[in-house]
Amino acid sequence: MAAELRLSRENLNAPFLQKLGEISGQNVFACYQCGKCSAGCLFAEHMDVLPNQVIRLLQLGDEGVLAARAPWVCAACLACSVRCPKGVDVARIMEALRQLALRRGIMPVQLKLDREFPQIALVGALRKVTP
Amino acid sequence: MNRTPAHHPSPITHYPSRLLYFPGCALKDQARGYEEATLAALAALGYEVRELPRWNCCGTVYALAQDDLMRHVGPLRNLIRAQEQGAEELLTLCAMCYHTLSRTARFVQNPENLRRLNAFMDEEEDYRGSVRVLHLVQLLAGLAERLPRAVKVDLAGLRAGAYYGCTLLRPRDVAVDHPERPEVMEAVLAALGAEPVCFPERVECCGAYLTVTEPEAVRLRAGAILLSAAQNGAEVLVTACPLCHFNLRERRPLGAPKLPVVYLGEVLAWALGVKPVPEALAPRVGVRG
Ligand code: SF4
Ligand code: SF4
Repeated sequence: MAAELRLSRENLNAPFLQKLGEISGQNVFACYQCGKCSAGCLFAEHMDVLPNQVIRLLQLGDEGVLAARAPWVCAACLACSVRCPKGVDVARIMEALRQLALRRGIMPVQLKLDREFPQIALVGALRKVTP
Repeated sequence: MNRTPAHHPSPITHYPSRLLYFPGCALKDQARGYEEATLAALAALGYEVRELPRWNCCGTVYALAQDDLMRHVGPLRNLIRAQEQGAEELLTLCAMCYHTLSRTARFVQNPENLRRLNAFMDEEEDYRGSVRVLHLVQLLAGLAERLPRAVKVDLAGLRAGAYYGCTLLRPRDVAVDHPERPEVMEAVLAALGAEPVCFPERVECCGAYLTVTEPEAVRLRAGAILLSAAQNGAEVLVTACPLCHFNLRERRPLGAPKLPVVYLGEVLAWALGVKPVPEALAPRVGVRG
């Protein structure tokens, strides 16, 4: 994320945040940082930024979060989405971040297609890296 | 196990004896045994099950982005195929197909979404929004009272851990039961004469499609799930998802409990006597205690 983050009212109206809201249908400002999403996320241990931190950075308007690995480690299991006390669908925000990154040509994952996968795994994985 | 689930409080018990069935790719490939066992068992229960003509891929993962109609087209086409057949229900066996199809069916309950998609897919007849997507476990739950009378092979003593995974339970609006404390699979296993075993990891994700990009993360998940099931006394894991099935078998870490992983429809077929209990499990069956 940005080494230095300037906090300002303008950040809240950043175009990328509006786009993120459009794609996800979610209001990141509803989050009150309880951390429940991260506590229950089975993949948080592999993430560079935890799910609640992703939301916090978005609240601060930090566009650097688009380069984070976290959304690519998210399995869209929806555990966070059904547990958030504020009704924030975190999985949709992760999807929106993947989409925004892909639409800008960023894809920080490697498809290791060197072994046999069932179709269901391949189609699922490929759809997550398709803008 | 007799707490009323908070969701779907009354199981639907009146399904027509003729059902239209959506297989999806896995049931024709790596999960052929699941299809074969289930279709044989449903026939033994008196169901006439017909495969949906001209079905296509369900999409595998539901599109969580809201600004992209395109991704709903695949699942919706299948609902239109079902509508063409005059079906009110569309039966799925694969948990992921159930998820994408039922969520799309819900998405188009919104009249504006329906209008936009119908306009977008003008090569098809308009979808009228009436097909109900049904998963095998819901069908069986509705038959729970009938099942014990249909059982031919005593599975008593078979300690079976139901592994739900994600797509049957989340989000709430398509969940087959309570997303955190489900009991519908256990109820079906009990009705079939097996001994259901609950374990904490039964509702937690296996890693799904991360098996392609993050196989090590999935390996850790598979290990945790197998260990949790074994520590709680399960001798077999029962799932309805071909991707969970793959991950629990192919991503099993060294040293993890070697529980067999089977499909719900296979247990059904063993109990009804239409498929033999596999040799590895046969000694457990019919042994009480
Ligand atoms: S659970 Fe919801 S409110 Fe709590 S930190 Fe996560 S997104 Fe924010
Ligand atoms: S949906 Fe993604 S972020 Fe949320 S709990 Fe699952 S893996 Fe973690």
